[in-house]
Amino acid sequence: MNGAQDMGGQMGFGPVAPEVNEPLFHGAWEKRALAITLAMGATGSWTIDRSRFMRESMPPAAYLSKSYYDIWATGLERLLIDTGLASAEEIRTGHALTPPAPVKRVLKAADVPAVLARGGPCDRPATAPARFAVGDRVMTRIMHPKTHTRLPRYARGKPGRIEAVHGAFVLPDTNAHHQGEGPAWLYGIVFDGRDLWGPDGDPLLTVRIDLFEPYLEPAPLEPAPLEPALLEPTP
Amino acid sequence: MGHDHPHDHDRQHDHDHQHDHHHGHDHDHDHDHDGSALSEVALRVRALESLLVEKGYVDPAALDALIETYETKVGPRNGARVVARAWSDPAFHAWLMQDATAAIASLGYTGRQGEHMVAVENRPGRHNMVVCTLCSCYPWSVLGLPPVWYKAAPYRSRAVIEPRSVLAEFGVTLPDETEITVWDSTAEIRYLVIPERPSGTEGWSEDRLADLVTRDSMIGTGLALPADAHPEAAA
Repeated sequence: MNGAQDMGGQMGFGPVAPEVNEPLFHGAWEKRALAITLAMGATGSWTIDRSRFMRESMPPAAYLSKSYYDIWATGLERLLIDTGLASAEEIRTGHALTPPAPVKRVLKAADVPAVLARGGPCDRPATAPARFAVGDRVMTRIMHPKTHTRLPRYARGKPGRIEAVHGAFVLPDTNAHHQGEGPAWLYGIVFDGRDLWGPDGDPLLTVRIDLFEPYLEPAPLEPAPLEPALLEPTP
Repeated sequence: MGHDHPHDHDRQHDHDHQHDHHHGHDHDHDHDHDGSALSEVALRVRALESLLVEKGYVDPAALDALIETYETKVGPRNGARVVARAWSDPAFHAWLMQDATAAIASLGYTGRQGEHMVAVENRPGRHNMVVCTLCSCYPWSVLGLPPVWYKAAPYRSRAVIEPRSVLAEFGVTLPDETEITVWDSTAEIRYLVIPERPSGTEGWSEDRLADLVTRDSMIGTGLALPADAHPEAAA
């Protein structure tokens, strides 16, 4: 969706402000927000794609005014309501008003190292041959779904070239909306900076973006160069 | 589409945040470390945690174990060891560039937000930097949790359109003729930048080399420290 999260190329946010000797957390609540987000993710009640969608679909003014752990906490609240694991009233008061809903598993302390070490690989067996190969020229589609997508706005309708074929991966666009993992080929695509940003763009900039096959079309055929003979006046 | 409205509590929060400053909370800081009032978000997160514990969805001991993992075990020291090995061992370097996931796993660094790794190498004339314009994708297994600036709007919006001015804010000025590739982490592939090895480090041990590898140099917003910056360098 065209939400506030899609920031590439937006302007007016000011300078990057790296903090010298930045602490890992800015306050104890950030640790707790991280931990409950990861622990609830481990219950298997939603996918990472769903959780991203529940963060990016909050009102833009809210998204832009929150620190990132606040975005996570707010996203978690929305996921709990979305899945029926908790009600808005329970979240407001911090107390259960109804019995818990069943979850697939509860992460135990002893299992934390193994669960984190395993992670959540997203590669899947391919269900069809790859449409594109390294070196192919492609065009990204112009599309504006109201649902989750990982094709940034700044890279829509742009020409690029396939630099890597990563394999088939879970397609976030369907997975975020309970429509299945729909594994799709994932490509690393290189874009010329001026194709993205116009003639004022940095001439020595290229942007590499990982994009799924449904985001792509073959590049239009370039017109064949005119043969010099055709340019000669007819005798 | 039915997902783009926050629940009432959140809406109330935003209303308060924008129009009701007289209650005196500082929303940017967490004050529980000194016993004074908790910020609004800290209170929300505390309520959320109590609710989730009461419902039995999360185990408090697991929350502590998750936090401890990222406070003490997973951080940029992991990535620095990968880089130092790549600088020292040509066979490892070749493996890392060919199959970063496997090469990095061989050092014991696997798991969440590092399931699918790619290493990209800086060299004279070519600089790489990594961003996630759509959220905060970051190679946790080798760099730990991302710094605030990586997740914030200025970096996410500008890295792909004006990387040189972003680099300048980190104190990095590249030669005008250096090509820049910005890697936008839009899917589940995570990128680790291998910075250039500083001159004057021939024969150094991997441990000593790793001391020169900063977190930012592995994101591409910094360079590895020069040899004479090593803490044990002759004064």
